[in-house]
Amino acid sequence: MNNLFRGFGAVFYKEVLHVRRDSATLFFSLFIPLIQMFVLGFGIDTNVRQVHTAVFNGDGRRESRELIDRLKNSDTFNIIDYVANDHDLNDAIISGRARVGIKIPVDYSDRLIHNMSSQVLVLIDGSDSSVAGQAINVTTAIGLDESLRRVLPDRATFAVDMRPKLLFNPDSRSPNFLLPGLTAILLLNVTTFLTAFAIVREKERGTLEQLFVTPVRPFGLLLGKLLPYFFIGFTELCLILTCMRFVFQVPIHGSVLLLALLSLPYLFVSLSLGILISSKAGTQGEAMQLAFVTILPSIFFSGYIFPRETMPIFFRVISYFVPASYFINITRGIILRGAGIQHLWMDGLALFAMGTFLLIVAARRFQNKVIMA
Amino acid sequence: MPADNGQRPEEASIYAKNLVRRFGDFVAVDGVSFRVEKGEIFGFLGPNGSGKTTVIKMLTGLLPLSEGSACVEGLDVRTDAESVRERIGYMSQKFSLYDDLTVTENLQFYGRIYSLPPARMKQRIEEIVQLNGLGPYMNRLAARLSGGWKQRLALGCAMLHEPKLLFLDEPTAGIDPVARRELWDLLFELSGHGITFFVTTHYMDEAERCSHVAYIYYGKLIADGTPVELKKIPDVQPTGTKRVEINTPEVTRALRVARKIPGIRSATIFGESIHALVEDSFDLPDLRAQLLKNDITVTDIRPLTPSLEDVFVELTYKHQAQLETVRE
Repeated sequence: MNNLFRGFGAVFYKEVLHVRRDSATLFFSLFIPLIQMFVLGFGIDTNVRQVHTAVFNGDGRRESRELIDRLKNSDTFNIIDYVANDHDLNDAIISGRARVGIKIPVDYSDRLIHNMSSQVLVLIDGSDSSVAGQAINVTTAIGLDESLRRVLPDRATFAVDMRPKLLFNPDSRSPNFLLPGLTAILLLNVTTFLTAFAIVREKERGTLEQLFVTPVRPFGLLLGKLLPYFFIGFTELCLILTCMRFVFQVPIHGSVLLLALLSLPYLFVSLSLGILISSKAGTQGEAMQLAFVTILPSIFFSGYIFPRETMPIFFRVISYFVPASYFINITRGIILRGAGIQHLWMDGLALFAMGTFLLIVAARRFQNKVIMA
Repeated sequence: MPADNGQRPEEASIYAKNLVRRFGDFVAVDGVSFRVEKGEIFGFLGPNGSGKTTVIKMLTGLLPLSEGSACVEGLDVRTDAESVRERIGYMSQKFSLYDDLTVTENLQFYGRIYSLPPARMKQRIEEIVQLNGLGPYMNRLAARLSGGWKQRLALGCAMLHEPKLLFLDEPTAGIDPVARRELWDLLFELSGHGITFFVTTHYMDEAERCSHVAYIYYGKLIADGTPVELKKIPDVQPTGTKRVEINTPEVTRALRVARKIPGIRSATIFGESIHALVEDSFDLPDLRAQLLKNDITVTDIRPLTPSLEDVFVELTYKHQAQLETVRE
């Protein structure tokens, strides 16, 4: 073994023994993420469907019933209640039973028949913006469509006919959107936590102090400690991808090999982050808290849930410093859009640069705060 | 001073000259010089936070020296830290073992760290086991060893690679008296084979067993020599004074009284008795009479040679007094 990596083999072998002996930790670190994946994959649907709706139909004639049927058929509204007055309509929303209240006026049919404009009141609970947005869009569209049908002669074509076509995720399935992003979060979770714990544990026991007075070199020590968790992280990635493909039926449009290749710099970043945390934390409890500090921005500022494009400029700038942003771009790119290396090499490079930077900072902190402390 | 006895630094196990270590404005180690010969058991004493660990870190090449120089086993720690670490062993007070590895696995790990070839490692493990009697526990997890056995295993790990010099940082903290005695027997046996020991401890009886002791007090070395030499230092036993031991059933009250008697320079409680430094002119029967006058029953008064603890106490007082004069 050459000088710079002195002790690598010994530390690596010992670390593998630790992992083997503590099979419970290995099991949990591999399977808890899968459980999280199942919960999120099956449990969350970002598409707005079947919004609870209350209707006050003051008219009650054929035209008004047609309108209600059209609302029902849109799949957006689920009419749970018919009420008889304004007060009950308001009350349905305030109590939370309904998100949307629709009031059809007494003279709805009369005005239509006399070619006058009929106003339909749509009350929307704005507390959930995605539900509100969807309700506005669908009701406006239905209103517009109703009007056009009444103005245009039968069989006439629209002057402008928008035909949206959803690429990559034609059914707008939530797992297709969520799971590639979740991969990035779970991977970060596993590798950063495990590495930080593995090093902090040696700090707590005092074995780290012992190792420093042996001929082991810092690089040999860190590399020997990291590599086992690198393999665990990679195994985790394979498990997640397998589940995603075969359980949640998310098709992978790009090259799996490229995805594996580009996950390497991401694993590198999360492991370096683990070392950085371990250079700061004195106990496993502290390491846990610090690790959460890194996880949260990865969830909120990476584009995993909220699109980066709509973030205020301040948070958008932050998102560029969050490694998960790049990896989510990579996973979504390869899995959903079939992107190739020519589209994603920048993200890979950014991750590699971040990993190198973090490793240097971590190694220096280690030298100054841990070895010489 | 033993640090400058004219011999060449390479011949010593440790040769430290004017070690200084600063952390910002704080001087943790302030001009410390000493010399440890090969095969000595060197006791390094001092209160917590006085710079013991810092000195060890400097000698093992973990902390750069702010000033001064140090040779360990003939190698300059400033330039050859790596080779120094090949030749030394270190055991911390925490007996830094891997709890979830077996005794054998712990030993093998350190064997690999020092790149022992497999055959040599096997042979060394056998030798170590022979020496410390770990044989029956080889497949037991380190977590399930008692304190004494943990310490033996830690020592075994630290000396697997046959170091010439072993640093033992409070090796007997928290282990039972039997294990403590056995460890010291082992240290004597090994030092007979030419291994040098650098031992820090808080136990004065252990210090008495060392062939060479030094006392560091807030960064400065205030005593350095064999226990016998130190007890003869004029500061400890000023000319015209003697030490006496006063046995009495009521030590606390007797101490208050004794401190007021002119002619008694200092007094301190030692278990059932009081150790006092009194002027030579002071007659022992006279002292007994003075104590009796204050209703103190005295069972026995006899002359005493100073213990190492007395030495360190006196030197600390003197050093504090010097510091105060400097401040004024």
